[in-house]
Amino acid sequence: MLDIISELSRWAIPVVLLVVPLVAALRRVKVYETFVDGAEAGFTTAIKTIPYLVAMLVAIGIFRASGAMEVLVKTLSPVLNIVGLPTEVLPHAIMRPLSGGAALGIASDIIKTYGPDSFLGRLVSTMQGSCDTTFYVLTLYFGSVGVRKYRYSVILGLISDLTTLVASVFIVRTFF
Amino acid sequence: MVNLVWLGMIILGILVAGINGNIEIVTKAALDSANDAVKISISLIAIMTFWLGIMKLAEEAGLIRMLARLVRPVMRFLFPSVPKDHPAMGAIVMNLSANILGLGNAATPMGLIAMRELQKLNRGREDTASEAMCTFLALNTSCVTLIPTTIIGIRLLYGSADPTDIVGPTIMATAFSMVVAVFVDRLLRFIYTDRRG
Repeated sequence: MLDIISELSRWAIPVVLLVVPLVAALRRVKVYETFVDGAEAGFTTAIKTIPYLVAMLVAIGIFRASGAMEVLVKTLSPVLNIVGLPTEVLPHAIMRPLSGGAALGIASDIIKTYGPDSFLGRLVSTMQGSCDTTFYVLTLYFGSVGVRKYRYSVILGLISDLTTLVASVFIVRTFF
Repeated sequence: MVNLVWLGMIILGILVAGINGNIEIVTKAALDSANDAVKISISLIAIMTFWLGIMKLAEEAGLIRMLARLVRPVMRFLFPSVPKDHPAMGAIVMNLSANILGLGNAATPMGLIAMRELQKLNRGREDTASEAMCTFLALNTSCVTLIPTTIIGIRLLYGSADPTDIVGPTIMATAFSMVVAVFVDRLLRFIYTDRRG
C-alpha cells in the first residue's frame, strides 16, 4: 500500500506535465503562448505575500525567541494535564500552528529523547503528520490575494488543530 | 482575532524578553524572521510562475472543468457559493490532491491559485475573507498527507522498528479533524453571517 502511494507521488507531477500540454495541444490551444500568459502573474502573486509573511513571522519569531512561548507552555500545562495530554508534547502542540520548522524540531527532539516507538514518540509523530501550520497557511494564502480581514478563519483553524491534537492522543492510545 | 493574536505575541514577547534580561534577542528575532519571510516569498516566484502557466493550460484545455465536474456533489456541499464549473472548484481539488500525495511544493501554488479564483467571486469585499475561503483554508490546514515523509525519515533516523506504523493513526486523526472542521465551519458561518450583512 505504502509503495503504491509513494510511487504515485513520484509520478504525479511528471504525468500532469505530460497530460496537460498534450490535451491542450489536441484541443488546439496555443500551448506556449498560453503557458506564458498564465505564468505572468507568478511574480506579482509571490511578491504580494511579502508584507503579510513579514508581519506574521516577525511576531512569531519574537514570541518564540523571547521565551514567551515557554511561559505559555508552563501556564497551560496544568489545564491540558486534565484532558490527558502529556506535558512533554505541549510545546509541540502550541508550536504546530505557528511554525512548521520549529514544530518539526521539537518533534525530532521528543523522538530522540523518548524513542520513536514510545507512546510519546508515536504521539508526536502523528501530531506532526496530521495537520499543517495554520498561521503560515492563513497568512500566505490570504496575503496572496490581499485579504486583510480573516473573519472566523483563525478560530476555525485553531479549533481544527485542537481537534487533531485530541484525536491523536485518543487514537495513538487506542491503536498501540 | 488575528489583530489580537498578532499584537499579543509581540507584546508578550517583548515583556518576557525584558524580564529575562535578554531584550536584545527581540531585535535579532524580528530581523531574522523578516528575512525568512522575504526568502520564502522570493522562492515562491519560481514555483508560482511555473504552476500558473501549467494551470492556465489546463484551464484552456478544459481539464479543470472536467476535474470539477468529477467531484461536483461533494464540492457543491462544501462550497455552495461557488458556481458549478467555476475554475475555483478545479483548483481546490488540485490543491487537496497535492496535499494528500504529500507534494508540499506543488500544493502551495495550487492553493494560491484556488484563492485567486475564490477572490474573483468575492466582489466588493476584496479585503475580507469570503465564506468559501474560510472553508477552503480549514480543509487545507487539516488536510491529510497520506505519507508524512519527513516524520517517517526522522523516526527511521532514531531507530524505529516500524517507522511507517504511524501512517494509519495519522490518516484517522486527519479525517476526524476534517469532519470537525467542516462542521465547525458551518456553525461559525451561521454565527458570523449577520456581521457581513
